Amino acid sequence: MGSDFTDRACGCEELNRAELLRRGVAQAGRGLPAIEPGMPLPAGTGLSRRGFLLSSAGLALSVYGMGSLLDPAKFEEGIARAASGPEGRVLVSVYLQGGVDAMSVLYPAGEPLYGKYRPVLGLAAGAGPVFSEDPRLYWNPLVAGLAQLHSEGKVSVLPAVGYTDPNESHFTSRHFYEVGATDANLATGWMGRYLDLTGTPDNPLQGLCVEDSLQPSLATARVPVATIERPPSYAFYARGVGGVQQELMYDSFNALGQVGVASGDPGMAQSGQAALSAEALRERLAPFQPAPGTAAPALPAGYPRSSGTFPARMAGIAQLLGLGMPMRCVSISTESVFDTHNDQAPRLTAGLGEAAQTVYAFQRDLEARGLADRVLTLVWSEFGRRPKENASAGTDHGAAGCGFVIGTQAAGKMIGEWPGLAKGLDALGNVRATSDFRGLYCSLLEQWLEYDASAVIPGAARMARPRVVG
Amino acid sequence: MAVAHRPSQRTAQTRTSARSSAQAAGLSVYAGPFGPEQAERLLWRGGFGPQPDEASELAALGLREAVLYLTRPGPVTLEGPAPVLEDGRPIDPYGTPGDDVLWWLDRMVRSSAPLVERMTLIWHDWFATSIASVGSQRLMIAQNETQRGLCLGSFDRMFAAMTIDPAMLVFLSGAENVKEAPNENYAREMQEIFTLGVDGGYTERDVREHARALTGWTCTWSPASKEPEDFHFDPARHDDGVKLIYGRRGRFDWRDSVRLVLSYPSHPGYFVSRLWSYFSPEPLPAKDARAAQRLYVSSGFAIRPVLEAMLVHPLVYEGPRMVKPPIVQIAGMLRAIGRYIDTDIWVGEANMAGQLPFSPPNVSGWDATKWLNTGTWQARFNLASAIIGEQRVLSPAEDSGTVPGDPRALVEAASAFWGSPTLSAATSGALLSYAQSAAVDAASKEWQREEFPVIALNALRSLVAATPDYHTC
Repeated sequence: MGSDFTDRACGCEELNRAELLRRGVAQAGRGLPAIEPGMPLPAGTGLSRRGFLLSSAGLALSVYGMGSLLDPAKFEEGIARAASGPEGRVLVSVYLQGGVDAMSVLYPAGEPLYGKYRPVLGLAAGAGPVFSEDPRLYWNPLVAGLAQLHSEGKVSVLPAVGYTDPNESHFTSRHFYEVGATDANLATGWMGRYLDLTGTPDNPLQGLCVEDSLQPSLATARVPVATIERPPSYAFYARGVGGVQQELMYDSFNALGQVGVASGDPGMAQSGQAALSAEALRERLAPFQPAPGTAAPALPAGYPRSSGTFPARMAGIAQLLGLGMPMRCVSISTESVFDTHNDQAPRLTAGLGEAAQTVYAFQRDLEARGLADRVLTLVWSEFGRRPKENASAGTDHGAAGCGFVIGTQAAGKMIGEWPGLAKGLDALGNVRATSDFRGLYCSLLEQWLEYDASAVIPGAARMARPRVVG
Repeated sequence: MAVAHRPSQRTAQTRTSARSSAQAAGLSVYAGPFGPEQAERLLWRGGFGPQPDEASELAALGLREAVLYLTRPGPVTLEGPAPVLEDGRPIDPYGTPGDDVLWWLDRMVRSSAPLVERMTLIWHDWFATSIASVGSQRLMIAQNETQRGLCLGSFDRMFAAMTIDPAMLVFLSGAENVKEAPNENYAREMQEIFTLGVDGGYTERDVREHARALTGWTCTWSPASKEPEDFHFDPARHDDGVKLIYGRRGRFDWRDSVRLVLSYPSHPGYFVSRLWSYFSPEPLPAKDARAAQRLYVSSGFAIRPVLEAMLVHPLVYEGPRMVKPPIVQIAGMLRAIGRYIDTDIWVGEANMAGQLPFSPPNVSGWDATKWLNTGTWQARFNLASAIIGEQRVLSPAEDSGTVPGDPRALVEAASAFWGSPTLSAATSGALLSYAQSAAVDAASKEWQREEFPVIALNALRSLVAATPDYHTC
C-alpha cells in the first residue's frame, strides 16, 4: 500500500497521510492508521464492508453500511425493484484530488497583478478563450471542453467557492466538503445523509462510488452504499483447449483435488485442497470473466486515452446509467493529484487536461445516450491554491477554489464572482470565498434532488441558495 | 542438443563417498532401492528436476555416486543457448528490471551443476535480501555470486561474507550502523534468522552489544549510477569500546560478532534443522540431528559433508513429499522440455506463482509451508500453457495423424511431454478418466474422433503439470 501510493504521491506529506487514512476507511474495522490530534475522523469510519456480485449487471461491488443491516441476500432483488421504479435524477460528484489551482483553470490575465503573482506560471491573455461572464478571466486551453460546455449554457461556474475561516489542510478542508459542514466531528457524508433520509435498505447502488474505496461524501448511517470493484480476473487457460474439452478439464480440477486430499501426503493434500478451492472460486467468478480473447471494451468516442482509469470509470458511470441501474448519488475522484507544490505546469498539462476532457466526454456521452436531462455533475476540490507562486514553479495551499455544476439542466450562470487579486485576497494572501459550498449543497439538494436541505446540511437555514438549476 | 554433463558420462568417484561419510558420522542412511523414482526426487530436491532421461541415468549410478554427482560437480558450465528475448535483445541483468531474475533462472535451467544453483537459492532464502529495499540489481547479483561461490564451502565464510555484503548492509541497515547511534537491525536478524533462531538463548543485551560491535561499515552514494557504492569499514564510525556479549567482555568488532555467534551453543542445532528443512518436510530424528551437528562442528562449519549426509537420509526417499518451490518448478519445466530463456514472461509467472527471486517477502524468506493456494494454484496451472508455448501446442489440423486415440496412450503422451514424472495410480486414474470423456466419449462425429484426442492431449499436458504429484517431489 505504501509504495503503491508513493508512486503517485505529490510531495506533500500531509496529503499522503490523508490518503492513507482514507484507505483506512476502505478497510473499515480492520484497524485505522492512527489519527493525529486535531485531525477529523473520516466520514464512514467504522462501516462494514461486504463483497457482493451483482449478477444482473456483471458487477463486483463492495457494499458499505452498518454491519447488522447489511444483507447481501436482499441486494439483487432490491436493486431490481429500484430499477423498475421511475427514473430519478442523478447527482455525480467529481473530486479533483489535492486542491486544484483555480487560477490555472480560469486565469485572471485581465488583471494587472496577475503577472506579478505568476511570473513563471502565468499564461498569456490570448492563450485561451475569454470567460464570457467576466472578461478578466480566461479559460486555460487545457480545459477547452469546459469552455465549450459553458458556451452552450451547460456550466455554472463558481470562481471562488469556499467558506469562512478556511483551513489549509488537505485533510480537514476535504473533510468539510465531504460532510457538508465545517464540523470535524460529523461522521456521515452530505450525500450519505440525503440517502439515509430518502434511500432504501436494499439498493446499495443508490450511493455508488466508482473507485476502490468509499468516498466519505457517500458515507451513510443507515442505508447501504457501494463501491465498484473490478471483477477479479480468475481465468484458467490451457493452450489449444476449448469447448467441451475445456469444460471437462475444469471437472478434472476437482478430481485431481480429491486425489491430493485423499493421498494422505501433506504436500499433495496442500495441492489438492488448493485445486478444490480454485475450482470452487472459478465457478463462482466465471460469469464475470471476459470471454477468452476479448479485449477490454473501447471507450465511447471523446474520452481521452489514458494510462489511468479515470476516463474509463467516468464512461462506466454513463454506461451503468444507460443500463438503467438505480443510482442517485455517484462519486468519483481523479487519479491525478493536483497538489502542485512544484513543477505545476507540466503536471497540470497531463492531469488537468485529462480531467477536463473526460468531464466533457462524459457530458457528451450522457447526451448521446439520452440521459443528459436527468444527470447533474458537480466538480470540486478541497481548496484553491495560493495566488502567489512559490520558488519551485509551483503553488502552495490556498483557500477559495473553483467549482463547476455541469449539465443540460444546470443554470449556466456564474455563482459568486472572481474577487480579484487587488482586493479579493485575505490577510494570508489567499483568495476570499464569494460563494459557500454549503449553500451550493443546499441548492443541489433542493433544486435538483428536490429535498429539504435543512434535514441534511447543518445550519441550512442561514445559507444563501444560489440558483443552480434551470 | 549436445549434453555435456550427464550422469551417464560420470566416472566413478574415488574420493569420499557420501554414504560412508554419513555412516561414519552416525546418521541413518537410506538402504532401499534407488531407481528412477528415487533419482527423480533427488534431482528435484537437490536441483531443478531431471532433463529427459536424466533420472534413469542418475539411478544407474546408485545412491552414493548420484549424490556426489550433484554435490561435487567439477567445473561448472552453462549448456545451451544464452538468453535472447522475443525482440532479439540479450538480457540486461544490471539494467532492466526483471532481467536479474531471468539471468538467474537461465542459470537454473542451463547450469551443469543444478545443485549449486539450488544451494544458491537456499542461501538466498536463508539470508533473504530484497531488491525492493536494496534498489540495485548490481548489488543483488553481486550478493548472489557471493552466495554461489560459497554455497558448498564453510558456513563461517558464508556468514562473514553476508555480514559485510553490500546488499545486506543496505537491506539490514548495516551501512547506517554508527557508534553514535547503533542500528540493531542486523544484530537482531543475524541471530534470530541467520544463525541461532528465535529462541536461541541470547538476550536483548546481546543484540545491543552486537550492534555496537558491528558498527563502522558505510558506503557512499554515487550520483552517476544513482546507487550506493564504495562499501568499506570506517574506523571512525566504529565503536571500539568494550562490549559484553554472551557473558564475555572484549573490544569486539564485526569479525568477533561472527565468531561469537557461530560458537554460541544453539548455533549447530539451528544450522542443521534449518538446512534440513530445505530437503524434507519432516524433522530430522533427534539422533540423526545430533550426529549432523557433530559432523558440522568437527568439520569446521563445512556445509558439503552435512549436505551429503542429509541427501542419503532415508526420510528424503521414504518420507512425505515436498511442494516444489515455484521457481524450482518453472526452471524444472523448462529443463524437462529443453526450452531456454527466450522470453521475459517468466518474471511475471514467477511472481504470480508466489516466488519472485530477489524479492523475498521479508528477511525470513519465503514461507515454504504455504506455496499453494487458489491464486498460486491458478498461476501454476496457467504456467504450463506459457511453458508449452505456441511452438509446442498441438493443432487438430496438423497433429491428428500422430496423436493416439486411445485414452491410456494419451495420458502417457501427456506425461512423456514433461519427462514422464512419477504419478500415483489415483492420479493416473483421474487423468485417464479425463482422456476417456474428453477424447472418446465426447466424440460422436468422425471429425470429432480425429480432433478431440488432439485437444484432449493439449489439456492433459496442462493437467499433468497440475497434479498433486507434479506439484510435489
